Amino acid sequence: MDLEVLVALPIIIPLLLGALSLTVLSNHSAQRWLGAIGTALLLLCSVWLLLHTREVGIQVLEVGSWPAPFGIVLVSDMLGAIMVVLASITGFATALYSLKTVRKRFERFGYYPLLHLLLAGVNGAFLTGDIFNLYVWFEVLLVASFALLILGGERAQMEGAIKYVTLNLLSSALFLTAIGLTYGLVGTLNMADIAVKMASLEDQKMVTVIASLFLIAFAIKAAAFPLFFWLPASYHTPQVAVSAIFAGLLTKVGVYALYRVFTLIFTADTGFTHEILLWIAIFTMLTGVLGAAAQFEVRRILSFHIISQIGYMILGLALFTPLALIGGVFYIMHHIIVKANLFLVAGLMYRLGGSFELKKLGGLYRNHPGLAVLFLIPALSLAGVPPLSGFFAKFILIKAGVEASAWWAVGVALLVGLLTLFSMIKIWNEAFWKASPEPNPAVPAPTRNALLYWTIGLLAAMTVCIGLFAQPIYQMAEMAAAQLLNPAGYIEAVLGGTTP
Amino acid sequence: MLIAVLSCFILACFAPWLHRLGGRHSGWLLALLPATLFAYFASMLPTISQGQSLQFAYAWFPGMGIQLSFLVDGLSLLFALLITGIGFFILAYGGRYLEKHKDLGRFFVFLLGFMGSMLGVVLSDNLISLFVFWELTTVTSFMLIGFNHEQEDARKKAHQGLMITVMGGLALMTGFIMLGMAAGSYELSTILNSDGLTEHALYLPMLLLILLGAFTKSAQAPFHFWLPNAMAAPTPVSAYLHSATMVKAGVYLLARLNPGLGGTDTWLLMLTLFGALTMLTGIFLASRATGVKKVLAYSTVMALGTLTMLLGLGTETAALAAVTFLLAHALYKGALFMVAGILDHSAGVKDFTQAGGLRHSMPKTTVVAVLASLSLAGIIPLFGFVGKELLLEAVLSASKWHIGLTIATVIANILVVLVAAIVALQPWFGAVVETPKKPHDPDIALLIGPAVLATLGLVFGLMPFIADKGLLAAAAGAVYGQPVELYLALWHGINLPLMLSLSSLLLGLLLFKVWSGWRQLTNFMHSAEKIGPEVVYERLMLGMTQFAAWQTNTLQNGYLRNYLITTLGTVIIVVGWALLRVNQLELNISFQDMRVHEVAIAVLLIFSALIAVLVRSFLAAVAMLGALGFGVALLYVFFSAIDVGITQVLVETITVLLLVLVLYRLPEFRSLSSTANRIRDAIIAGMTGLLMTILILAITGARQLEGISDYFLQNSGPLGHGRNIVNVILVDFRALDTLGEIFVLALVAIGVYAMIHLRTGALPVTNSDRRAAFNLRRTQKDKAKADAKAEADASAVASKGEE
Repeated sequence: MDLEVLVALPIIIPLLLGALSLTVLSNHSAQRWLGAIGTALLLLCSVWLLLHTREVGIQVLEVGSWPAPFGIVLVSDMLGAIMVVLASITGFATALYSLKTVRKRFERFGYYPLLHLLLAGVNGAFLTGDIFNLYVWFEVLLVASFALLILGGERAQMEGAIKYVTLNLLSSALFLTAIGLTYGLVGTLNMADIAVKMASLEDQKMVTVIASLFLIAFAIKAAAFPLFFWLPASYHTPQVAVSAIFAGLLTKVGVYALYRVFTLIFTADTGFTHEILLWIAIFTMLTGVLGAAAQFEVRRILSFHIISQIGYMILGLALFTPLALIGGVFYIMHHIIVKANLFLVAGLMYRLGGSFELKKLGGLYRNHPGLAVLFLIPALSLAGVPPLSGFFAKFILIKAGVEASAWWAVGVALLVGLLTLFSMIKIWNEAFWKASPEPNPAVPAPTRNALLYWTIGLLAAMTVCIGLFAQPIYQMAEMAAAQLLNPAGYIEAVLGGTTP
Repeated sequence: MLIAVLSCFILACFAPWLHRLGGRHSGWLLALLPATLFAYFASMLPTISQGQSLQFAYAWFPGMGIQLSFLVDGLSLLFALLITGIGFFILAYGGRYLEKHKDLGRFFVFLLGFMGSMLGVVLSDNLISLFVFWELTTVTSFMLIGFNHEQEDARKKAHQGLMITVMGGLALMTGFIMLGMAAGSYELSTILNSDGLTEHALYLPMLLLILLGAFTKSAQAPFHFWLPNAMAAPTPVSAYLHSATMVKAGVYLLARLNPGLGGTDTWLLMLTLFGALTMLTGIFLASRATGVKKVLAYSTVMALGTLTMLLGLGTETAALAAVTFLLAHALYKGALFMVAGILDHSAGVKDFTQAGGLRHSMPKTTVVAVLASLSLAGIIPLFGFVGKELLLEAVLSASKWHIGLTIATVIANILVVLVAAIVALQPWFGAVVETPKKPHDPDIALLIGPAVLATLGLVFGLMPFIADKGLLAAAAGAVYGQPVELYLALWHGINLPLMLSLSSLLLGLLLFKVWSGWRQLTNFMHSAEKIGPEVVYERLMLGMTQFAAWQTNTLQNGYLRNYLITTLGTVIIVVGWALLRVNQLELNISFQDMRVHEVAIAVLLIFSALIAVLVRSFLAAVAMLGALGFGVALLYVFFSAIDVGITQVLVETITVLLLVLVLYRLPEFRSLSSTANRIRDAIIAGMTGLLMTILILAITGARQLEGISDYFLQNSGPLGHGRNIVNVILVDFRALDTLGEIFVLALVAIGVYAMIHLRTGALPVTNSDRRAAFNLRRTQKDKAKADAKAEADASAVASKGEE
């Protein structure tokens, strides 16, 4: 069997699932089964793809058998395959969590199809080797996320969604402009081909201009400073399961796109592009964490922390050394799982404590010690407490920073780690340690939370394992970083021996 | 070895269940583990006391040079024995002390977790795994300080202790990274044997960062304030973590690194300066305090300062003095804290001024307290005396500043005697004072720990060779970097240290006579504390949150227009900057080939855009946008892209129709912006437009390469079987794009469907309810019309703030 088709499965499976669930929109149980089993299947295929890519090397599928660079190619290199696995993990966890939390009327209005298609968009973005096709997947995930964001139709949701969609459309417009300019300059859309042709140009400065346009378009998607406004405006408004998948995946698509183009295509003028990235990283870390320090609502705190963590990931790219890229990829792996989980935990805190406001929460440690443990694992990991996953992610990045003598970045990264802990302990002290402000809650806490506990526990176990067994994760990140730093391998795999 | 360390964590996981199993004696049950470990470590004594060391290594994270490797030499074995030995008594003690506390099970979890972490710190050979355990002690300490978590004070102090030590921890990690880079390895056994570390370019930053970590952990001034505040923890925790073991982690680290990083002027200066400062600050504050645990906590600060100072001196005597003093301190301070717990538990006494004459009702406790205090005061023949003599000898023989350091040490000693006298005499002797609880000697579980530790102080004092027997010499050798030739003795003859010791004893006792007078005399401290480091810390924290609030309100201000301005402004700056760097910007401007109809369309486009912006009515603006769109469609047609032109016409038609339908329900434009705002917006819009124009012109001027379009021209017929190239591209060459776009349409459809139907209080939609819904809708229709206007107004206002 020709295993190249494997590359398309992480896109095809959720597309099919989305279409299937649309046809059974009024059959709740069918939708749920499709959600849980379908995402599990997706996860299996993704893991298979990752293992296959790790063993055999970069996998390329020429869609419709049109040869590169003329047709569209799907490419699974280590970074892409890792991202797909992470997306599938998040999707699976969200689907499980949704089984118990999503209301029937939301299911009736397409919750599950939207979820599947969102995953299709995300996986498509991770796997495509074509810059315009990347734009298409961005559109898929933007529209899917917009529809998920407004599901429920509350005023706060609408308001957040308007800001979300306006700023993201601006990003899409910039992205499209950049694609147009690229096509105008080199007359091709295949990313490997663009890389080859751009490198052959005499005037690299014009290439840098286009690079800067891509940089801003993706930085908006990644919610980097000073372009992150859409994220804190909207992420706290939808249902928790939706927030969780957004927190885990959406901004990371932007980060992934930055990693892709600024390692494959735009590497000639790193003195300009990567220096800008470095300062973006520094301010993103700082403004994000300070934003969180000013919040007293769990989901808002977590939303701002997404931003500050994005800074760390961009830092890995900006330093652009082998170790820094390893650190960046490691950070992404750690972050997606931890962040999605924290939102899921926040949802359970809401179910059991009756609020997202720190002022109104309390007594969770006394009454729900299991939840307390499951909060502490991702929260401390986010803050970089060893031996959890976040510690090694931060450690690698800081070591890379020290080696590169990027003192500002190192200093800020350390400070932000401390302030992240500050925020997490704020939640812990108020929601868990503090006695419950109301001795007898008016609404009895919903029971039958076992599935939610299992979902959160699964992700928490992954966080612990990434920490305790960091070596295999590191090896994958190392392979991904090596492929990124040596784009010739990617280009060779896509274009074959036909490179001019 | 790995099992020894991990067993604590494993037991910690099962502690709540074992606690239920063990009932009243669960403390004893769990204490079996440290007892076993103590025996295990004691079995290494013969090897270690001959000056050898043992190493164990387990792979963990070789990619980053991190492994679980353990190094057992004199220094780590001394600590390991203290941790397991005192840990044994603390578990038994804690089980009884907190017998009626509902969270006792969780207490055991954290205490055992701490024990494992602390063992990891002192046994680790690898710096990074040392750091991992180091941070784990911080976290478990946090959980224990905040053990009574429903009290706000405990939460606050746990938070403070955590922030201070984690700040130091992060500095320490960076220092370790540098140290690893300088030495080429994270293994202590390699680092300590490598030369030239002190000449390395990174020596100074690495040293300062590591010192920051060690100083915060070991509560050196000006970070000393977290330690007395940590006394919010239950007393067994104070006895174990915050006097005998964890706070000594910083000192341990300094001692450990001394052979590699010590010996420089910076090392000497930093350690002796901060050490002496901490010693004086600690003992001075101790002499003024009256709370039982406060007095002991501050005197712990003093001891930590003394140890740091000794490590700074770095001489052979100082090394031996440090390990001796450390052992003596762990014994008497552990005992005294447990006595403090007994005072609270059995008599309800938390303050020295509340108690007196307890010797009648608590005779056994009195004996223990006095014995331990005598060692604290450094009175012959207790072990504290040996430590104090060595301390004075080391200070007197210091290579620099020995006069200043000696004076500081003597002053500290005088106050130590005062503190020891307070502890030994105040609650037990004198007139009987009424206590909150009826005082009685406690149960064996509470008494055995302090009794054994205090007795050991006496035994080691009388027979220092038992303690010596190689272990202390081996430990001192590890600190000093080469074998130490000295030996311990109780009696050093009549010499200067003895004279200084005697005179400080007398002065200290005199001071005790006028203790309340001394406290009044030093009342100025009340005002001094207002500018002390704790206030600085709190100001910093407050300042940080205030700045955070200001920054967030400024950036995330809730106005979409500001977000757009910032985003577009960033585009202009970054892309504009990149454009300015282009050496020769060739803009492809030529008006030669222009034809009349093209000019006409261009003029139409510009005018419709301008009017759309300037006009005051929605309808006119929409019409103008439509004109703009059709103009673009015309352009496509003239440049032979008929398909695209047709698509554009369709899209524009539908858009205009939809907009008109929607706008019908919206109110008229209202002018809310000031002229200045309009000008600003116009500038930004204009600059963005200009930038895009320049980009397009520049790119069309720079095109040098053949594109992929020829392939499509040649192959759409033969391979794609279609003569319309655009069609073939859409459905074949780039079919995946089209597939994606089809799903985009489907998604939009779902979204719109949900947006229309699924609103809060939406109408029911199941089949059976359709008819009812229809009727309901008719009645609501008129009302909705009236509401529409009000709602639109409200949403305009609401969009100003995200709250």
